[in-house]
Amino acid sequence: MKVSYQWLQEYLDIDVKPADLAEKIARTSVDINDVYSPSDGLKKLVVGYVESTTPHPDSDHLTLCQVNTGEDTVQIVCGAPNVVAGKKVIVALPGARIGNNIKIKRSKMRGELSEGMLCALQEIGFSENIAPKAYDEGIWFLPDDAKPGESVFPYLGMDDTIIDTDITPNRGDMFSMLGNVNDIAAFYDLKSHFKVQKVNENSSQLTSDLVAVNIADTQLAPTYKMRVIQDIQVKESPLWLQIRLWNAGIRPISNVVDVTNYILLKYGQPLHSFDYAKLPAKQIGVRFAKHEEPFVTLDEDERQLDSQDIVVTAGDKPVALAGTMGGLETAISNDTTSVALEAAIFDPILVRKQARRHDLHSESSTRFERGVNPETVETALNEAAQMIAELGGGAVTKGIVTGSERDLITPTIVLSLSRINHVLGTTLYVEEVVDIFDRLGFTTAIDGEQITVTVPARRWDVNIEADLLEEIARIYGYDNLPSTLPEQSSNIGALTERQQLIRTSRHVLEGLGLNQAISYSLTTTEKATQFQVEPHSNPMQLDYPMSQDHVAARMSLISGLLTDVAYNVARKQKDVQLYEQGRIFVTHPDQKRPEEQEHLAGVLTGELLTDNWHQTEHHVDFYDAKGIVERYLTNMALQQKISFVANHERKEMHPGRTADIYIGETLAGFIGQIHPQVAKDYKIPETYVFELNLELILAAAKKSRHYQLISKYPAISRDIALLLDEGTTNDEILAAINKKGGAHLVNVHLFDVYEGAHLPANKKSLAYTLTYQDSQGTLTEDQVNESFDKVVDYLTDQFNVEIR
Amino acid sequence: MGLREKLDELRQQGLKDVDSSQDLDRINDIRVKLLGKKGPIKEALRGMRDLSAEERPKIGQFANEIRDDLTRAIESKRAELEQAKINAQLAKETIDVTLPGSAVSQGQPHVIQQIIDQLVDLFIGMGYEVAVGDEVEEDHYNFEMLNLPKDHPARDMQDTFYVTPEVLMRTQTSPMQARMMEKHDFSKGPLKMISPGKVYRRDTDDATHSHQFHQVEGMVIGKHITMTDLKGTLEVVAQELFGDELKVRLRPSYFPFTEPSVEADITCFNCLGKGCSICKNTGWIEVLGAGMTHPNVLRMAGVDPDVYGGFAFGLGPDRFAMLKYGVEDIRDFYQNDVRFLTQFDQKG
Ligand SMILES: [Zn+2]
Repeated sequence: MKVSYQWLQEYLDIDVKPADLAEKIARTSVDINDVYSPSDGLKKLVVGYVESTTPHPDSDHLTLCQVNTGEDTVQIVCGAPNVVAGKKVIVALPGARIGNNIKIKRSKMRGELSEGMLCALQEIGFSENIAPKAYDEGIWFLPDDAKPGESVFPYLGMDDTIIDTDITPNRGDMFSMLGNVNDIAAFYDLKSHFKVQKVNENSSQLTSDLVAVNIADTQLAPTYKMRVIQDIQVKESPLWLQIRLWNAGIRPISNVVDVTNYILLKYGQPLHSFDYAKLPAKQIGVRFAKHEEPFVTLDEDERQLDSQDIVVTAGDKPVALAGTMGGLETAISNDTTSVALEAAIFDPILVRKQARRHDLHSESSTRFERGVNPETVETALNEAAQMIAELGGGAVTKGIVTGSERDLITPTIVLSLSRINHVLGTTLYVEEVVDIFDRLGFTTAIDGEQITVTVPARRWDVNIEADLLEEIARIYGYDNLPSTLPEQSSNIGALTERQQLIRTSRHVLEGLGLNQAISYSLTTTEKATQFQVEPHSNPMQLDYPMSQDHVAARMSLISGLLTDVAYNVARKQKDVQLYEQGRIFVTHPDQKRPEEQEHLAGVLTGELLTDNWHQTEHHVDFYDAKGIVERYLTNMALQQKISFVANHERKEMHPGRTADIYIGETLAGFIGQIHPQVAKDYKIPETYVFELNLELILAAAKKSRHYQLISKYPAISRDIALLLDEGTTNDEILAAINKKGGAHLVNVHLFDVYEGAHLPANKKSLAYTLTYQDSQGTLTEDQVNESFDKVVDYLTDQFNVEIR
Repeated sequence: MGLREKLDELRQQGLKDVDSSQDLDRINDIRVKLLGKKGPIKEALRGMRDLSAEERPKIGQFANEIRDDLTRAIESKRAELEQAKINAQLAKETIDVTLPGSAVSQGQPHVIQQIIDQLVDLFIGMGYEVAVGDEVEEDHYNFEMLNLPKDHPARDMQDTFYVTPEVLMRTQTSPMQARMMEKHDFSKGPLKMISPGKVYRRDTDDATHSHQFHQVEGMVIGKHITMTDLKGTLEVVAQELFGDELKVRLRPSYFPFTEPSVEADITCFNCLGKGCSICKNTGWIEVLGAGMTHPNVLRMAGVDPDVYGGFAFGLGPDRFAMLKYGVEDIRDFYQNDVRFLTQFDQKG
């Protein structure tokens, strides 16, 4: 709410600077959006008196004005159609700064000297939504008694300071001057001079003869009251009232409407004024709208109502969308002479929902949503009726017609001093606590350390002990609270084994050169389904997504990483090596929620190490990706054997360059090059990926760490080169070598792979070093030769092989 | 010429030869020639038998002195030449040390992960346990158990991705409050937990909004947990992340699951409180929300609010990272531009 500092000063003797007051409000009551003066950034804007006007000799829409600006009279060329001699106007003198940071200079307009500019409100910083419509086409006229040469700011309320508060949902009471005055009075311990204007029912007619109100469902409108003001004239409001409104961000319209808005600001009580004569019937009610019931609101929008909307009716015909916006047909116009004025409380939830449904968030609906002070419904109605009668020259009829009225709720809460100090950590005395409640206007009764507090209805957010504790804490001041730390528990702080392993997994992959990416978990249905380690059912779908790009929960991390690669490649970043650790979501038909699996995935494309004077570039390939996965899995020290098994069937993967990864007999992931067609779809180059179901790695049995004696005895090695059929795999050869290697074979190292021109077609050469060692003694050449020959014989026997 | 004169001349000539040598081979030659078995000194000493018994030891001593002198001169020259040779070799081996070193690939943790890990480590040090919750939650835990019944206005502030009427993408990490309270054995002392993770809101992505972001939830529930404990804890967090010269300010706020509720601000680290565009001229930056756990929340989780109480807080690593490093677009965190990811490589 935009709170006027000058208006506050009418009710409180405050002498702190507005900025300091705002800081105090922020620390004690509600957040502050901004503190500003309407005149910020403006200067040299003075009152001018238009002494005479003559048409511009060279233009049919410009006027030459002789304007008295205090000391002397200057000529100003003005383009406004409403400029007329004898009016007081806003003059921007040469050197002035007006809205949008525009500087005004002495100039010539079509050959005529212009020593400044006559301004409309919009030109001195007023928003289009706030400046009164009546002056839309021209300049603004100041009151006739304004003194030429004086600054215009005080005349327009622009010397005020506005404290724009950001009100939390619980503090609906702060949507009014009254609420602000009460809270400020409490925290500064000031006396409030808040003034209430009484009504003078100066018409002889009885309101109840003019309208009847029957609220069938008091749930919809727990309180509904109405008054009638007759014989009024609708006209422009006095300037002081317009200032109050525009400084609060509300456009002045006419005396009747402006009064309702003024009362809304002052009491937080939204009012609605109907043109009495135009009410289709004089029996007022409140009901749910009918499904698709048509209704034209004030903004001339023809709406289809919802059966959960609430409407105010006259003879069952809707005349207002309750608490949200009035109807066009019964709106106040210049011809209105009689006003039916409504002051009510509508159901907050229904108002909130209908405001959302119709996208009609108004000053009224905002207040109904957060609650309205039940203490001042009638006060506000009376004061508004009185002001409308005064400003419109009319009469208030006798009595209020009440359709419903809810009793005031004033909770009584018992609180003990020890409880207060126990929860807040303070050492307050009873007197201090009672003083805080006194200042807030809460009544107290003391019995030893027991304090019984009665909360006034105007603070409907305070209902339980914890609410009172908050009141004490904030008025006492959070700054005055000491700082301590919670008692120690017997818990030793540590990550769980699972959390530690996940963290280690990340660190290992980072050590291997992959940067951690965090991608979106929600993606398209197509991407959510791609690259699954194990094919699952359909992905989890959002009920009501926001964008086509995020409709389903991912079932693999790879598609997100490929999207990241595409993003990089589109930005000329061709060398991308990323990993991601995160959840995938697997739906099960018999479960309400999906299973959330931690996965680990990586993506590699481009050069592994950038080309540099010292190293040659190296384009990533399958074996780089595999090396990373192997290293990672070695670090994870799984007891079971890891194997890579070629899989030609994965739809999104290159059929000849993809392997499934097994832990023992369990499929735990896969690795490979993505299918060139998929790469094309993603708009990325040749890319290698891997994905592992981290849950399986976390759950797998780990090797226990122990030291293996390093043999003191020398190792002996033998090299063997095998010319093989192209289809023979390294795994097959290794298995054969290990099978016949004997007890002393400690290592088999593949040192060369060759396929190409020097070999017969469909042949390849694999070369291995076999290392033999005994931990108990020195091996002899004969022992080694014997073992090695067994291997050679076996290989010759098993494979179509030529030993070279 | 007497033997003494002869020896003296040998010395003069020898020293001259040594001095003029330019390489190690020559020095070697001189050593062999002068000091060898067939060298002139040995030769001269052989002539001593012609001398008197009186003179013999004197000349012998003199000859030894000359031999020692020459030996010293040769060794010193040799050392000098060897050093020169090494120096020449080293000079030849000189490289441009300003050329860049070999590229070594090293990946970095994501900046949000870094902030989460920093917080996790901080709280572990204070005896907290880390509780990781599900990203797909029940409405019951995400809202109801947090004192947010259906139709509560605060639900509007958290536009939610629903999967079914009962299941949703969690909008906050707070569901772990109820889940942990239900699990905790309070006879073993207070519950102290933090819960980091991803959360989701039904938002349109732009520079300041993301439908996916992170939160870290914290909660302490025990018999003697006070609001001053909350204040002290928030100060530790803010100062750990942003520096301990910054002040912390608490101000009232509203969350349905805490009462009293507060928002914690820190002194703007950019202007140190003077006011600037980052802090919108307030001198303060909002960093987290917190409060004393609402009795309804305790009660619903089966904890007696008359006996137990405590606090909860929630903070946003994305927002922290944006503030701390001046990241202007939240989407940068999830698009994973390598130039973005590799910037946060400081380990110290
Ligand atoms: Zn700042």
